[in-house]
Amino acid sequence: MHQHARIERWARGTGRLHRLHPAAKIVFVLVTLIAISSLRQHAVAACGSYLALILLLAAATGLPLAGLLKAAATVLPFAFSFALITWFAGQGERAMLLVTRSYVSAAAALLLVGTTPMPALIGGLETLRAPKFLLLVMQFLYRYLVVLFEEAGAIRDAGASRGGSLRSLQLRQAGAAAGVLFARAYQRANAIHQAMVARGFEGTIRSLSPPVFRWQDGLFMTLFCGVSVALRVAFQ
Amino acid sequence: MIVEVKDLRFKYDDGTEALRGIDFSMDRGETIAFFGANGSGKTTFALHLNGLLRGEGKIQVAGLAVNDGNLQKIRQKVGLVLQDSDNQLFMPTVLEDVAFGPLAAGVEVREGERRAKDALERTGMLHKSGKAPYHLSAGEKKRVAIAGILAGDPELLILDEPTTFLDPPGQRSLQTLLSALPQAKILITHDIPFAASLTNQAVFFHQGRIAAKGNLREIVERFDWQALTTS
Repeated sequence: MHQHARIERWARGTGRLHRLHPAAKIVFVLVTLIAISSLRQHAVAACGSYLALILLLAAATGLPLAGLLKAAATVLPFAFSFALITWFAGQGERAMLLVTRSYVSAAAALLLVGTTPMPALIGGLETLRAPKFLLLVMQFLYRYLVVLFEEAGAIRDAGASRGGSLRSLQLRQAGAAAGVLFARAYQRANAIHQAMVARGFEGTIRSLSPPVFRWQDGLFMTLFCGVSVALRVAFQ
Repeated sequence: MIVEVKDLRFKYDDGTEALRGIDFSMDRGETIAFFGANGSGKTTFALHLNGLLRGEGKIQVAGLAVNDGNLQKIRQKVGLVLQDSDNQLFMPTVLEDVAFGPLAAGVEVREGERRAKDALERTGMLHKSGKAPYHLSAGEKKRVAIAGILAGDPELLILDEPTTFLDPPGQRSLQTLLSALPQAKILITHDIPFAASLTNQAVFFHQGRIAAKGNLREIVERFDWQALTTS
């Protein structure tokens, strides 16, 4: 199963965090990300505490912890490449900080998207007065990312059915396959856009269940933003 | 008249002349099958009826001229069901997808949900409301796509190759569903038996023109349009 499909399935759950207003979760994750990114010392201990907080919340809402930890590792190859450069520059502690911060930040972002379906997430950002254009770009990016994965899957299957594999492709063939992939994804994206316009789409997607901000959402937001800030202060 | 078209002409950006002067009309509640070779202009013509493509000529749908000022109203009156349902279903759940049209038209959330549930009930898909569209079978996707159109309460349904990807039971079930719908219908199809089960009227497209309009059987015979005959 594709990673995005798995995360989408998590987001459709009904746990405690799932039921909270998306805006409350966005604010909490944003505060946590800022706190993590501003860490300068005691990297491992501080990041470990934040990770524990994230895992605690994930467990409380029924997200699979192993799955979340594995999915967060997707950022590690990117983080390692930058960390390696920093390491060679003689800044070992900074390199370590880079890797741990990236990993914990990814886990925090996954906690948000794993408990909030994309339309609700966009609704939450709308509540927080994010620019409409940005939200529209997010909606389309999300929809067309799925299209891209589907087309890539179809091309991979077509190749495999003729005895080939992505690994066996030469650089030139891989380039041509990527070109075909984008051309096909573009065609599909056009067809989807046409279908949306045909059904009256004029730039806004309205939700059937616009969330209402309740006192529980406010309590969660205040409490856990407070915990995030307190942890940051503790590792000053 | 639900549709009235006079001298419609259209060229694609690459210079291909797709429509070369189409005159066409159909009555409310009527069902007409569109036949013709691939690239003969059937789909291009249909896309003009809800303003997705804009050519030269006059088009009136449900008494409204297809122009910039009327596009939103026209799109509520013309329901377009695409050949590939995967392109049509883009919301995370079946219910949200079916409610998309009414909500886009500015209907209140509760009313949008009511219309969506009603359309799902009419297409026999209410029990799949909470499912993600990509988890459905091809036949179920087609039914949900039709429900999404019906939720907007259109006066004209345009179905582009409706039987593609459907197995025989799926085709029969779609035929039963469509025959129960009172709206005017345009069926763009190569599936003659399916079309014949829903109408006896057909139009034959040839190189961007309407070559014939009339009785379905006569048109099929005249243009030798039967795909295969079984012994």
